[in-house]
Amino acid sequence: MNGRIGSMLLLGLLAAAAQGGETSVTLASGEGMALVQLRCSTCHSLDYILMNSSFLARAGWEAEVRKMMKVMGAPIAETDVAVIVDYLTQHYGAT
Amino acid sequence: MPTRRSFLRTVAGGIALAHAGWPARRARADLPQGALDSAARDTLPGKRPLIKRSFRPPNYESPLEYFEDPITPNDEFFVRWHLANIPRIDADAWRLQVGGDAAERGFELTLSQLRHEFEPVELTAVCQCAGNRRGFSQPHVPGVEWGSGAMGNALWKGVRLKDILARAGLKKEAVEIAFNGGDRAPLEATPAFEKSIPAWKALDENTLVAFEMNGAPLPHWNGFPARVVVPGWSATYWMKQVVRIRALAQPLSSFWMNTAYRIPKGRYPIIDRFTSQESETTTPITEILVNSLMTNAGDGRRFAADQPVLIKGIAWDGGYGVRTVEVSIDEGRSWQGAELGESQGKYAFRTWQFTGAPRGAGRLSVMARASNAQGTAQPSELIFNGAGYHNNVVQKILLDIS
Repeated sequence: MNGRIGSMLLLGLLAAAAQGGETSVTLASGEGMALVQLRCSTCHSLDYILMNSSFLARAGWEAEVRKMMKVMGAPIAETDVAVIVDYLTQHYGAT
Repeated sequence: MPTRRSFLRTVAGGIALAHAGWPARRARADLPQGALDSAARDTLPGKRPLIKRSFRPPNYESPLEYFEDPITPNDEFFVRWHLANIPRIDADAWRLQVGGDAAERGFELTLSQLRHEFEPVELTAVCQCAGNRRGFSQPHVPGVEWGSGAMGNALWKGVRLKDILARAGLKKEAVEIAFNGGDRAPLEATPAFEKSIPAWKALDENTLVAFEMNGAPLPHWNGFPARVVVPGWSATYWMKQVVRIRALAQPLSSFWMNTAYRIPKGRYPIIDRFTSQESETTTPITEILVNSLMTNAGDGRRFAADQPVLIKGIAWDGGYGVRTVEVSIDEGRSWQGAELGESQGKYAFRTWQFTGAPRGAGRLSVMARASNAQGTAQPSELIFNGAGYHNNVVQKILLDIS
């Protein structure tokens, strides 16, 4: 059954590749930026981060990152969590 | 020194205040600063410019001016996807698989069979994202930071889900009907987007599998070639690009049902319950709460001081029917009835208009409040939940009278 759905969908073009406008989104430079860009942009454009600023404290950003890991299956190493959360808190955290 | 007249007005206002529990000075809610800064007018293929909230997956809402027409044109209709891989579906290759463990038999339908082998039905209904107005949550909550435009009202044409289910032969143990769409996540590990509704809701004569919207095929971004239409209920159940319908003897176990799209139990004036998915403390979002939007005026809009101010708007609810819309131009001290337009059906936007005389130049605060036949009205204070759903608090705009 899944195979049928799969072959049906292959007839279409997948729209996963970055759409034009997405390349205009830029993150604040700073330690951890490259890692955030790499890990987060696999599944979504980086405007998700900008859009959700600046009202989350560190615990709020950590909860988001852990949700992406546990629920959405983001392949983020445990040792990278602090770097990512620090970056998000520093540049996009509650002010 | 207050005149007798203004004193009376104040007293009367005080009574109304106590009666309605109206907060004298409610802070005005706005989107998070980052959402304001990162929004852009952007044009998806086949669409007119919409307000981009996120590029990928595409989440785009309709700007206020698109709601002046109570039917939202297809190219102005909002776009909301959870997962980034959205296939371009070939209508000839598309199949709708019907079955499940609570169905007597499984089968497939082509688009042509769907269109021709069942009785066609048309109805006008509001499709509103559960998180519409999330961005106005106080405090702010994470998610797509929608303003007021993650909704639209269209004439849907399709066939009744119950007719499709009748062909499958629904067993008596069927508790839910589940839907799968065509979209996929970039990662295998991400839960596929799937939703279910109670069997009784699936058997409602207004629940459809639609293949047309406002007289044209569904736009790609709104679920071509077919989507589920669940009038009165949040759009989370209106599965786009539906490819599979299953009758289930057990409640659907999925992140999108068990964790997402849930609200605290007992906090909202809800009649339609989804008991098979309820937990001790939470329940899936179901029907749309009564709400309204002023459509011809936003903050800072100028009106002449020497002329009446005409405010136009729309109101809607979960299908009980809009009963009244009242407008206040004095910070909620007094409310006057707006004139309702003709009903286009109980699930549709209902237009209204109101003419008020400003008391002179300056900023004029205008609020609108709808109530429905169920006897509930928009609240004066946000009924908060951590996911930002069900935001139907009375909105206030500030006009510039000069």
